Amino acid sequence: MGSSRDRMKNEINAGSMADIAFLLLIFFLVTTTIAEDTGVLVKLPPYSEEEVEITKMNTRNVYSVLVNADDQLLVRGELAELDDLRSNAKEFIMNPQKLENMAIEPKKAIVSLKNDRGTKYAVYLEVYNELKAAYRELRDEYAEKNFGKVYEYCSSEERAQTRAAIPLIISEAEPTNFGDEG
Amino acid sequence: MSKFQKKRGKASPEVSTASLPDIIFMLLFFFMVTTVLRDSEMKVEVTTPRATELTKLEKKSLVNYIFIGKPVDKFQKEYGTKARIQLGDKFAGMSDIPLFLERHRSKIPESQHGGIKSSLKIDSDVTMGIVADTKTALRKAGQLLINYSAKKKD
Repeated sequence: MGSSRDRMKNEINAGSMADIAFLLLIFFLVTTTIAEDTGVLVKLPPYSEEEVEITKMNTRNVYSVLVNADDQLLVRGELAELDDLRSNAKEFIMNPQKLENMAIEPKKAIVSLKNDRGTKYAVYLEVYNELKAAYRELRDEYAEKNFGKVYEYCSSEERAQTRAAIPLIISEAEPTNFGDEG
Repeated sequence: MSKFQKKRGKASPEVSTASLPDIIFMLLFFFMVTTVLRDSEMKVEVTTPRATELTKLEKKSLVNYIFIGKPVDKFQKEYGTKARIQLGDKFAGMSDIPLFLERHRSKIPESQHGGIKSSLKIDSDVTMGIVADTKTALRKAGQLLINYSAKKKD
């Protein structure tokens, strides 16, 4: 009798260990963020054998961007800086002053992107990012003006209307064989 | 008398819970050890560029991954330092892309085929030549939704 009571006293109460373990488990479950994948979403045009002739289009509607193997930018025939690309593209698409040499209306504007095989991917993506950002900002401005909120918070009809007014058209030509190391 | 005083029945019908934490710890360790965060071993070096116009990739099962970059150090002897494509966990060429896509597509119910995206994890230093070839291969295979994997620009 006596000896059994002694043994009971010597045992540490381990009942709360489970709770501690659960607490740890839940803590890690909550704080761990499995690295999520983000990126620039692009919809490629379907493949066809014949090249689309962009030169047939009215040149005032085409915003051509060339990125060469030295990662320099040629925008509509003129040397440009990456930092100016976004505001420049926005101005071209909206054409607020109705200039003769810019897009007739946003619906007609086409961005033509061309690069060399030797162009660095990082630069290409940065250019693409800037162009996409220009369109995003324009859509935001349009949505703000017409619906009083940014594009992201618009309903699906409002979004569709915005997209129809300012369609994102980025045409990519086959790269020229220049500067590729392979 | 002593025989009656023992009262075995009353003494300890409680189940010991002392081993419960051990069981939970064992589960914890088991999951910690077996969880694989990235399912393919990286054979090419990929540091994705940074961008601002990012879209989150949801529905991981609908995404297939294509890695492009130069081989990591231990494969450089064998494969050189030129940028290469990695599909799944092995090096591949352009001609392997359609089969790779088809294999992924076959695992997904037909109704969801329109939502399949290709995540291109491309190293910043890669030149556009190989990227353009990959894009053409994807277009030929009818995989038009792609995502240039990029990190958030601070």
